[in-house]
Amino acid sequence: MTVMNTLGDFPGLVIVIVFAGLMIIFAAAGRKHPWRNLREIHAFTRLRRAVGLAVEAGTRLHVSLGRGGIIGPENGPALAGFAMLERITRAASISDRPPVATSGDSILSILSQDTLRGTYRAMGVEHEYKTDSALLTGITPLSYAAGAMSVIRDGQVSANVLAGHFGSEVALLTDAGERAGSITIAGTDSLPGQAVLFAASHEPLIGEEVFAGGAYLSAGSLHVASLRTQDIFRWALIVVILIGAFARFVGIWK
Amino acid sequence: MKSPFSWAIALLTGGLVLAGYFLRKMVPVLGDVQALVLLWAVMLAAFALLIGVINLLAVHWRKVQMGNSASFYSGVLIASLLATIVVTAWDGPTGSWSLWILNNIQIPIEASLVALLAIILAYTAARMFRYRVNTMTVLFITVIVIILLGTTPLYGTSKITALKDVSSLFKQLASWITQTWATAGARGILLGVALGTIATGLRILLGADRPYGG
Repeated sequence: MTVMNTLGDFPGLVIVIVFAGLMIIFAAAGRKHPWRNLREIHAFTRLRRAVGLAVEAGTRLHVSLGRGGIIGPENGPALAGFAMLERITRAASISDRPPVATSGDSILSILSQDTLRGTYRAMGVEHEYKTDSALLTGITPLSYAAGAMSVIRDGQVSANVLAGHFGSEVALLTDAGERAGSITIAGTDSLPGQAVLFAASHEPLIGEEVFAGGAYLSAGSLHVASLRTQDIFRWALIVVILIGAFARFVGIWK
Repeated sequence: MKSPFSWAIALLTGGLVLAGYFLRKMVPVLGDVQALVLLWAVMLAAFALLIGVINLLAVHWRKVQMGNSASFYSGVLIASLLATIVVTAWDGPTGSWSLWILNNIQIPIEASLVALLAIILAYTAARMFRYRVNTMTVLFITVIVIILLGTTPLYGTSKITALKDVSSLFKQLASWITQTWATAGARGILLGVALGTIATGLRILLGADRPYGG
């Protein structure tokens, strides 16, 4: 403990630097075939299919980015959700009804507008962007859910992607999706939200799977590289935990 | 083409905040810079809220103009929003009229949604068997039932010895599941989420993800 106190936050910085270094190395090494050896996550397979079906049927895709503040630690899944929003918008841009994004935080709302506008601009169809494609539906958990429910119900939505910070109010969104006959693919960082989504969504994304959306939707080699780096760190953590548990068990570390 | 300037600004501010978080004890000025940048972010968030409300107003005004079946609700939303702004601006956020709106409209509506949520959650657990009939689903429902029986008071069980023993068994079982299995599982999930958050943050710093539209 004394050693840890002396080092302060420095080991954290080393971990972040090593993490970034490994990401860059893996991205450079796997530039030619970045998507090789990715394990199948059924939710993303179904999402790709849903995007294709939405384009064919002329229905809308709804991406909800949750209500986590951008300054707090709960912003992670929403930031991963932006990568999914960008890929989904690219894939569904030829649809009669372009994707719609909802959020329960004002900065997330502005960033989703920016993501949509930037994606349309990059594709040379900026005129397709409409301000009502990215909505702030409410600023309290329940008002946000109530506003997003009306988008799911009235917006001719065929698939909902929920990637952000949600609590148990997310059940209202999944129920609205069920009533509208649309499928729901969802992941969050909050434990109550994950428990609800495991039961309520058609395709739940458990734990860190929500952060893998960009890699599975072909967002770039750095996305895949970050998954490989996460795997390495996960195994390292498992080994450290097991060694720690063993050391405590035999009385080496108290 | 993506602008390198917005990425450079994101990298600089993100890097400074990150460095301030880890190195503020060794280099105190980094801590000051981190606090300043976060203060700017809080101020920007306040302005962003205003923009979000204006966007909400514009979207629902367009819906009112379209005159379809949902336009009535959009009209109610606009009227409520404007009335609340006027009352709160006139009376102050802690004034009696503002608090009347909060206590008699906002809170009862949200409470009714919470009540609805409780029913939806119970219904959803039962509906799981329609989506996925597998071992995990059976396990999930079994654990829910055990935790419910172990944590909710079962009236009348204290008078009958056999039922008392069963109730006590469920309490012990629920406690064992929540304190051992659920805690271990939750920590595993949170470690995964932490790694995913680091990866997402670094992807933004490295410019692979640009939600700021650069």
